[in-house]
Amino acid sequence: MSAIIKIENLSKTYASGFQALKNINLEINEGEIIALLGPNGAGKTTLISVVCGIVNPSGGRVLIDGYDIIKDYRAARKLIGLVPQELATDAFETPTATLTFSRGVFGKKPDAAFVQSVLKSLSLDDKKDSKIMALSGGMKRRVMIGKALAHEPRILFLDEPTAGVDVELRKDMWNVVRELKKSGVTIILTTHYIEEAEEMADRVAVINKGEIILVENKEVLMQKLGEKRLYLRLLQPLSAIPAGLANYNLNLQDEGTTLVYTYDTRTDSSDITHLLDAVAAAGIRFNDLDTRQNSLEEIFVNLVKK
Amino acid sequence: MNFYAIRAIYQFEMGRTFRTLIQSILSPVLSTSLYFIVFGSAIGSRMTDIQGVPYGAFLVPGLIMLSILTESISNASFGIYFPRFIGTIYEVLSAPVSPLEIVIGYVSAAASKSIMIGSIILLTASLFVDLTIMHPFTMALFLVLTSVTFSLFGFIIGIWADSWEKLQIIPLLIITPLTFLGGSFYSISMLPALWQKLTLFNPVVYLISGFRWSFYEIADVNVGTSLAMTALFLLVFVGIISWIFKTGYRLKK
Repeated sequence: MSAIIKIENLSKTYASGFQALKNINLEINEGEIIALLGPNGAGKTTLISVVCGIVNPSGGRVLIDGYDIIKDYRAARKLIGLVPQELATDAFETPTATLTFSRGVFGKKPDAAFVQSVLKSLSLDDKKDSKIMALSGGMKRRVMIGKALAHEPRILFLDEPTAGVDVELRKDMWNVVRELKKSGVTIILTTHYIEEAEEMADRVAVINKGEIILVENKEVLMQKLGEKRLYLRLLQPLSAIPAGLANYNLNLQDEGTTLVYTYDTRTDSSDITHLLDAVAAAGIRFNDLDTRQNSLEEIFVNLVKK
Repeated sequence: MNFYAIRAIYQFEMGRTFRTLIQSILSPVLSTSLYFIVFGSAIGSRMTDIQGVPYGAFLVPGLIMLSILTESISNASFGIYFPRFIGTIYEVLSAPVSPLEIVIGYVSAAASKSIMIGSIILLTASLFVDLTIMHPFTMALFLVLTSVTFSLFGFIIGIWADSWEKLQIIPLLIITPLTFLGGSFYSISMLPALWQKLTLFNPVVYLISGFRWSFYEIADVNVGTSLAMTALFLLVFVGIISWIFKTGYRLKK
């Protein structure tokens, strides 16, 4: 896959002296969904705002399909759609009017049929002529996505698309995003809902204190960094870890009825065989076992803590 | 040039005008009609002609200017301040539009509305007084130049303001007094000598004087000077707007 966005040595220091971005380097491939994960104030929105032209960078450069966002801003911006975090809509306008405006302002010839098709794809066709202020929060969010798509961009930035949205609407929004990916749009998603990244992203970039601390394929990330735990449900509770098992990373849970072995998926898998042999040798019997992998959330918390 | 963007901004702004027709058009027309009734007919009938022009007719150019100045400033300032206030400005800032195109879109819409209002007031005035326009081309030129110039000024105010109070403060505390003291209702030759000189520092004097000349060929200052001053204001405001977009002042962080 080729990179549609290249961010090179990008930095941003606000007038207050706050350094929001520190030498960011990131390449985003065409057609992928990349999730920018990070705690509040990490620099996610600043990064998006610089790429979209709302915030001036202090250093470095950004190329969109080879176009510099400063020198070739027209060509670069035509390729981008932005859905900002805040629900900023023209309350007195209709979805049709506001999408028509968005298409025009991005330099596209008016196309009523296309605007209607976008509204339909977002299930807004029956509200297309209602005033936006009369729409629900979820529908307003869809209108904002529609505005960002009205000029047929190849890249879509979704800044916290499901912030403050209830669970059902969030899932609904995920479906919208999946459909967009199917149509070939590259999606950059910022979120602090780890579940969202885990659910949708192809790759994850973790940003903290203005620095990208990790960029990885989501599956690889979970596998690479994910600790796994083996739970043995014991027939007889233990009061302490037997001496013969002291070399293993073990602890007891549930009043001694569960023996938990924490291991790294990167290590030699025969460790588990050895452990089970040692457990049997120690005369410990169990009636069930299961394993659990760390969630992206736990990985994220561990990374940010470092 | 991104003509589709200019058109989109222009249509969006004009759409707002037509959506709020009563507030946008009827209210300035009503208030001006009241001026004609009170100053033109009631008080004006007891006043002598000014430089050979009946007082009611003398008032017309000044009243049109008064409306154009206040409407241009309020429309253009609101047009750009409102998207900043509700946050929808992100879209224009992230769009492939140049600062010039943004200004043309917003300012031409505000100026169009002012020209419309000015024309409607002119028509309304013709119902109250006998009007002559001796230099219609110059009249139209002043109407357009002043509308554009003060829409640019309004645009600057709309970017500078970071509260509704600030949005109102310049029109209320500076423009209205300058317009009232700039010869809307009188000729500055009627003032004491010292005030006549001080009044020349009021930029509005040049606008009203030039505009009135196009109607009746009477002026407080030479019409060429009036045109030159209007063009100067235009250039100053264009300069300030260029600086705003170059630095991102109040628009970009």
